[in-house]
Amino acid sequence: MLDNNQLLRFTTAGSVDDGKSTLIGRLLYDSKSIFEDQLEAITNTSKKKGHEGVDLALFTDGLKDEREQGITIDVAYRYFTTPKRKFIIADTPGHIQYTRNMVTGASTANAAIILVDARHGVIEQTKRHSFIASLLQIPHIIVCINKMDLVDYAEDAYNKVINQFEEFSSKLLVQDIRFIPISALNGDNVVNRSETMSWYQGAPLLHTLETMHISSDINKVDARFPVQTVIRPQSETHRDYRGYAGRVASGIFRVGDEVTVMPSGFTSKIKTIDTLDKTLDQAYAPMSISMTLEDDIDISRGDMIVRSNNKPESAQDIEVMLCWLNNSPAKPRAKYSIRHTSNEQKAMIKEVVYKINVDSLDRNTEDKDLKMNDISKVKIRTTKPLMIDSYRENRTTGSIILVDDTTNETVAAGMIV
Amino acid sequence: MSKYYLNYLDELESEAIYILREVWAQFENPVILFSGGKDSILVTHLAKKAFYPAKIPFPLMHVDTGHNFPETIQFRDDIIKDLGVQLIVGSVQESIDDGRVAEEKGKNATRNALQITTLLDAIESNKIDCAIGGGRRDEEKARAKERFFSHRDDFGQWDPKNQRPELWNIFNGKHFEGEHFRAFPISNWTEMDVWNYIKRENIAIPSLYFAHEREVVWRQDTWIPNSEFLVLEDHEEVVVKKIRFRTLGDITITGGDESDADTLEKIATEVAGMRNTERGNRSDDKRSESAMEDRKRQGYF
Ligand SMILES: Nc1nc2c(ncn2[C@@H]2O[C@H](COP(=O)(O)OP(=O)(O)O)[C@@H](O)[C@H]2O)c(=O)[nH]1
Ligand SMILES: [Mg+2]
Repeated sequence: MLDNNQLLRFTTAGSVDDGKSTLIGRLLYDSKSIFEDQLEAITNTSKKKGHEGVDLALFTDGLKDEREQGITIDVAYRYFTTPKRKFIIADTPGHIQYTRNMVTGASTANAAIILVDARHGVIEQTKRHSFIASLLQIPHIIVCINKMDLVDYAEDAYNKVINQFEEFSSKLLVQDIRFIPISALNGDNVVNRSETMSWYQGAPLLHTLETMHISSDINKVDARFPVQTVIRPQSETHRDYRGYAGRVASGIFRVGDEVTVMPSGFTSKIKTIDTLDKTLDQAYAPMSISMTLEDDIDISRGDMIVRSNNKPESAQDIEVMLCWLNNSPAKPRAKYSIRHTSNEQKAMIKEVVYKINVDSLDRNTEDKDLKMNDISKVKIRTTKPLMIDSYRENRTTGSIILVDDTTNETVAAGMIV
Repeated sequence: MSKYYLNYLDELESEAIYILREVWAQFENPVILFSGGKDSILVTHLAKKAFYPAKIPFPLMHVDTGHNFPETIQFRDDIIKDLGVQLIVGSVQESIDDGRVAEEKGKNATRNALQITTLLDAIESNKIDCAIGGGRRDEEKARAKERFFSHRDDFGQWDPKNQRPELWNIFNGKHFEGEHFRAFPISNWTEMDVWNYIKRENIAIPSLYFAHEREVVWRQDTWIPNSEFLVLEDHEEVVVKKIRFRTLGDITITGGDESDADTLEKIATEVAGMRNTERGNRSDDKRSESAMEDRKRQGYF
């Protein structure tokens, strides 16, 4: 395997029975990522259930309840590697009551596969899934038109879906959308090129995933370094060492760069960038490093080191697209803990501007409740400033979660507008 | 030429270091669950990187079933000395002696399930609020659902259907008194990733992983090592084979594979060609289709 092989994270979305699990099973099976004992186990289960042949979908349905009910109720992660890339799949369920799981799976994804049943074309759920993918700013969307075998592999059916899709997707902010006609069941255009759809000139799904350009998915311009913890060995060899440990959120830091520590505003220069293996001249996202500065400044977890000529906004009033994740609805004017990078403050939802109907994309300004799976634009006030970028510019410094202090649960996820 | 992206191993490493630092920042009293197996050795190696040039700022904890490979214990003691960190041992034998658990009976008896009580007791008595494990999502289907930060209630139990959502890289380790978390920094690594990384970093691992001659018995489709704990059936016969272990658990339940792989290079090549999952040789997982999930719900690793 080559040293510069990258990691690509993708999520799959589709409504129940569109063939998500079958597709993932097919990807793994045809790329030879399923082990024999796993295959044996699902072959046995398939037989017990009276399926003819092996039901590849069984491979991804992990938990007991899911195996019993035959549906995917949580996010399950799957892994496979080809000679070109390592892949992480977040398999998320499609029902509206699982919007929150899809949001979760989408939050770290480079790409989303949206499945459409060729017989049914674009339905409400397709719109919802596409909307969530665009809201979460997944850089690449691949619409797989599945079950082509049930529409005689006809090019017409494929084109119809593309037209339907493009009609509404112009409203979404997605840079890269591709369409692939597949049969997950039979394997057409999943790993291997379909022999029955010679009219399709594009690449099969796996090849698309292996070759799509993802290096520029991370913001390379705005240098942001949220401090996770301070390293002070106080040992013989490192008596005065004071390293700021964290993961570069975006951009590039170089030794000698003039930096500002936020929110204090103190400035200094980067003295060293350290890792166990070597000291570095530069660090870029998403590297985990420890940096030291020329000057002794009081810096702790929650602070952000940025390049002095390019700072995030320091704000206490923020507008957020909020997805409610919890069973209990939001309490009006209640206080929550807000987490943003390594920073934590208290926050209050001051106003619900509108709620989005995730199927029609209409805005509702009357209904102000925030219930599980709702996606709304809200105004939040925090007790102390957060150092923010808009989510569209920066998925790391543009995202927040809310934690309910009475239950400690993560109740909402937000994207800063 | 400068490139501004990480390869997959560097990205996995960076993610794991990030998780380890989050644990340190969010919890009062974390430990690394150290079994002496490659995954916990890897986590320990990553922790070394996460806090360099400081020492790993928390202890290692070993749940000792008493049914160990002697090599594992030696390795554990060496690594503790090398790192200069504290070792906490939870002893299953003590749990048995104290009447907290009863030894399983019969031919296939193991102390595997008994570890749960010992582990939870050790977590409670040492006031541990986060136990860092080497669990990986590719190992087993119940593990595929694990969060990086995984909540355990005050009985140490996992509720897989009611997990906290985890978005982006924001982790929520808040908990009430008596509850704790499990953290899994190498969730996203596969067995192959682990070996490729161990090879790249040249990380020391117990000799058991390398092909060596050993007295073994053929049982349940695998080579079970001969030991003082093994009770032979009439038809069983101890033979000497060149084997290596793909995972390390109790000496009583860990099966070895015949192999000539005696270098990291050869092991990585061998693993790449494997057609069975690594836990396929662990009788603890063979008991039923949901064996792992059932144990995990109760508080298992
Ligand atoms: N004919 C045909 N059936 C398919 C195809 N893909 C999936 N299916 C079937 O559709 C049903 C639902 O598939 P599944 O993968 O469980 O869908 P999920 O709910 O999206 O995970 C199963 O009976 C599959 O065998 C396909 O390409 N062609
Ligand atoms: Mg499914």
